[in-house]
Amino acid sequence: MLRSIVRLQCQLGSSRTLLKYCSRDPASNFSIQSNAYSSAMTERRKFYKDVSIAQGEGGVYEVHLDRRKLKTPGGKLFTVPNESLAVAVATEWDAQKETLKYYSMHLTTLCNTAIDNPTHRDKQQMITASLKFVETDTVCYRIDDPPALVELQKNEWDPVLHWIENRYNVEIGSSYNILGPEIPAATIDTFRQHLNSYNFWSLTGLEFVITQLKSVVLSLALIDRHLTVEEAVLLSRLEEEYQIERWGSVEWCHDYDMYELRARTAAGALFVQLSSEMSSVKRKLMQDC
Amino acid sequence: MSGLSPSLRVFRGLLKELREIHGTTYKNTLAYNYVIDQFRKNGVLFQVTGERQCRARQEALHLSQAYLCLLRSTREHLALHKLYHGKGDRGLAEMASLVGLRLPSQPGGKGWEE
Repeated sequence: MLRSIVRLQCQLGSSRTLLKYCSRDPASNFSIQSNAYSSAMTERRKFYKDVSIAQGEGGVYEVHLDRRKLKTPGGKLFTVPNESLAVAVATEWDAQKETLKYYSMHLTTLCNTAIDNPTHRDKQQMITASLKFVETDTVCYRIDDPPALVELQKNEWDPVLHWIENRYNVEIGSSYNILGPEIPAATIDTFRQHLNSYNFWSLTGLEFVITQLKSVVLSLALIDRHLTVEEAVLLSRLEEEYQIERWGSVEWCHDYDMYELRARTAAGALFVQLSSEMSSVKRKLMQDC
Repeated sequence: MSGLSPSLRVFRGLLKELREIHGTTYKNTLAYNYVIDQFRKNGVLFQVTGERQCRARQEALHLSQAYLCLLRSTREHLALHKLYHGKGDRGLAEMASLVGLRLPSQPGGKGWEE
């Protein structure tokens, strides 16, 4: 039984996509996972026909598969704070054909993580984990050879760096050193304060985006609507795209990775924006226009 | 296509993606009604004046672009996965039949099976 699980893990690629939680350390959670969601590891047949949403108590929305209410892997009732997110999750479930492909249901996975919080982290721990990426931010790590790539990095990454330096009033340099740039403590503090202003759900999404793009700068640019998802993914994969231009693209690797990264980043960005919008604020903004 | 505003382009893209997911019945789905509703609310479908610099509309545009990207890339990713991803090992019975053998049948079930 265990061997078939391991084989299935290899089959579905990274164990991160396999598990219903976006945890970064599968080894430590393996024992829990194999009990709670060994059923999630095998491919389940689609057992429902209709997907609908309903408003539950407290103004939260639930997702119903046929007559049954959707539950998280941790056993809790699946609830989301607003209708948009509920519709999007329902569409994910509705889009499944004969088998359920959990690795394609990114929004559902994010909601599950936010609801269950399987690694029992609080906001501060998540912020610290996210800020670790500042020191090794993709956009700050430059390579000095070949010259075409250096030009490309300068033209594409420098504008984003300038934008974020202006927007947040911080200092982030770029570096050709293997140690990376020296980030002043004030910058980290500013970011910490900014991240603190997000609620727990948005922070879950934001941390996910940062982990995917490997860059705090790009993630904040995306969330602040300075970049689209496609642009952010392109900038994150700049060197790879340069090599693809030069040497050609291998569909089953490059395109596959690109679409997967795009899907996850889009899901994360959507999740953050939907979790942090409040319908009353939105109404007021619409009235102002 | 160059005459379409970006929001209309996103709108068309979203409708196309929803049609890909659901087939001909896409007009009855939650997502379709929601998308139509949102675009109507933001004045995209029945625009009278030109593009006003409206923050809420910019936000809505970005959100819809992100959703379009999500739908599109999930579909492409699944297509590539289906095309290229390994199917894994065959079942034990299938493997045996490849070489012309059959698994023995034990009426009481094997001892170590549940």
